Amino acid sequence: MIGKYRGNRQAISALVRETEVHRDLYVDRELFELEMEHLFANTWIYVGHDSQVPKSGDYYATTIGAQPAIMVRDATGKVRVFYNRCPHKGTRLTGESCGNTGQFLRCPYHAWTFRLDGSLAAVPLRAEYDAARFADSRGAQGLTPVRHVHVYRGFVFAKMSDAGPGFEAFFGEALTSIDNMVDRSPEGRLEVAGGVLRYMHDCNWKILVENQTDACHPMIVHQSSAGIAADAWKAPPPGAKKPMAVEIYAPFVSSYEFFQGMGLRVWDNGHGHTGVAHSIHSDYSAVPGYFDQMKAAYGEERARAILGENRHNTIYFPNLMMKGPIQLLRLFKPLSANRTLVESWTFRLVGAPDLLLERTVMYNRLVNAPTSVVGHDDLEVYERAQDGLLADGNEWVNLQRLYDPGEADGRTMVTGGTSESQMRNQFRAWEKFMTLSL
Amino acid sequence: MECVRPSDQQLIDFVIREARLLDQQQLDAWLDLFTEDGHYWMPVEWGQTDPRLTTSLMYEDKFLLRLRIDRLKSNRTFSQSPRSRCHHVLQVPQIDARNDAERTYVTWTPLHYVESRGDLQTLYAAWATHHLAVVADQIRIRLKRVDLVNCDAALGSIQLFV
Repeated sequence: MIGKYRGNRQAISALVRETEVHRDLYVDRELFELEMEHLFANTWIYVGHDSQVPKSGDYYATTIGAQPAIMVRDATGKVRVFYNRCPHKGTRLTGESCGNTGQFLRCPYHAWTFRLDGSLAAVPLRAEYDAARFADSRGAQGLTPVRHVHVYRGFVFAKMSDAGPGFEAFFGEALTSIDNMVDRSPEGRLEVAGGVLRYMHDCNWKILVENQTDACHPMIVHQSSAGIAADAWKAPPPGAKKPMAVEIYAPFVSSYEFFQGMGLRVWDNGHGHTGVAHSIHSDYSAVPGYFDQMKAAYGEERARAILGENRHNTIYFPNLMMKGPIQLLRLFKPLSANRTLVESWTFRLVGAPDLLLERTVMYNRLVNAPTSVVGHDDLEVYERAQDGLLADGNEWVNLQRLYDPGEADGRTMVTGGTSESQMRNQFRAWEKFMTLSL
Repeated sequence: MECVRPSDQQLIDFVIREARLLDQQQLDAWLDLFTEDGHYWMPVEWGQTDPRLTTSLMYEDKFLLRLRIDRLKSNRTFSQSPRSRCHHVLQVPQIDARNDAERTYVTWTPLHYVESRGDLQTLYAAWATHHLAVVADQIRIRLKRVDLVNCDAALGSIQLFV
């Protein structure tokens, strides 16, 4: 098939300029297909957390880019990731999104059965395949594993293609945000907890990812929600304790100066985070007993260093965002050029007081639910962007804020929080990993 | 609606009037139906029992409900330009529990809820459980629990109150 972009590396590269990108990145269906084939194959994509499959036989079904996938804990305790299709007729092996499958995965169509390491255990009427040299077939090889899987402190990532850097080389220093989230547990351990929120967005997945480090929208878009919460608390009832909900909402409408001063750190390969010096998560009330637990686990100095990091949003390029101080991650699952499923997952800091999980769960509900007053206004501006980008009069998206002509050299860079340099960083990585295997 | 011990019919009328206030967007009057410690709860999990350590679509006290209502009135509320409208169709509420000594009551109401905005209209099906109390001789909501039949589906925005 010959299209505008397929097989045309030059045309793809021309879409990303130093400080602007072409609107086809958001609206073009062929580019979306190419993203699934190249960008999402050449990069490390978050699959899930190993606490979702604690026991042998536990599975979790998801997608990696457009690919159906399944994460399974095998009999030796190893986490494996397979394409979620029976090698016979392609049937997806799981109905539920998670559960325990016992010692085998069994296809519901013709009862082909697989061990937890993916190997084929049994096929009914096996002798009837003899004349066809079954042993040489793809079917006999069992489930197809995703080629590269790496578990980092419980977080399971996969890379589908052999192209692209190894895990450590790809993420580099960005892994320090995972470290900080895990270190916040006195036991150094996280568990998925609190339920998942799934919110359907009629916009391109990249609009969502960009917004995670866009520090110039909250005071505008969320004035109607967070602003009203902040105003309501300007004259609090005498003696009243500030509600947790106000602690969560009010910082969204901080000033440009606040967000500028919070800082932004940009790493190579499209990763980066807001909240270097401080963030909207810096001033939450102390949770009784927690610091003492941390001090006992790590010593006072180290405990202060761990809790003194208040990184806001860390982007793990291409489609994951993590919030260490809130123990929350959001996965932006691309469904089509103009449709994205946003999953917001939360974690328990194992060994820490329940009140931390309560705050995490409340944050998720107040900010990321399909019923969230913050989410509603975000989605509105995303969808209006998706609509407006169809306008042919101007085909370029402007990304010039705080541009530094030397910023594209791949070094770690710390800059003002209102900079769009992380977005530019993402698009440089987009161009790199889109064209790497062309 | 003054009542020392409400009849079944008075409880039914209360639940139906509550939905009518929502449909007619008389939200200040609607909020007055809640007790001061009242909550609106929309679980995200099927059969969810805990609103505290499991997240929800909504678990809101009067402060947060007031915030929502004030937000709907603001002209900076971009997702409400154009504004949403809603429509409830209720089955007749059933009285699941009656405690005249404590003056607390529980009703159960299957319903269909439609929310529309611009060219889009979305249908939801749900069960509403009202935990009611008589406060100063008025029936009031201590907890309204709304269980969407598809609570755990990937949903789009629900902007008004089911």
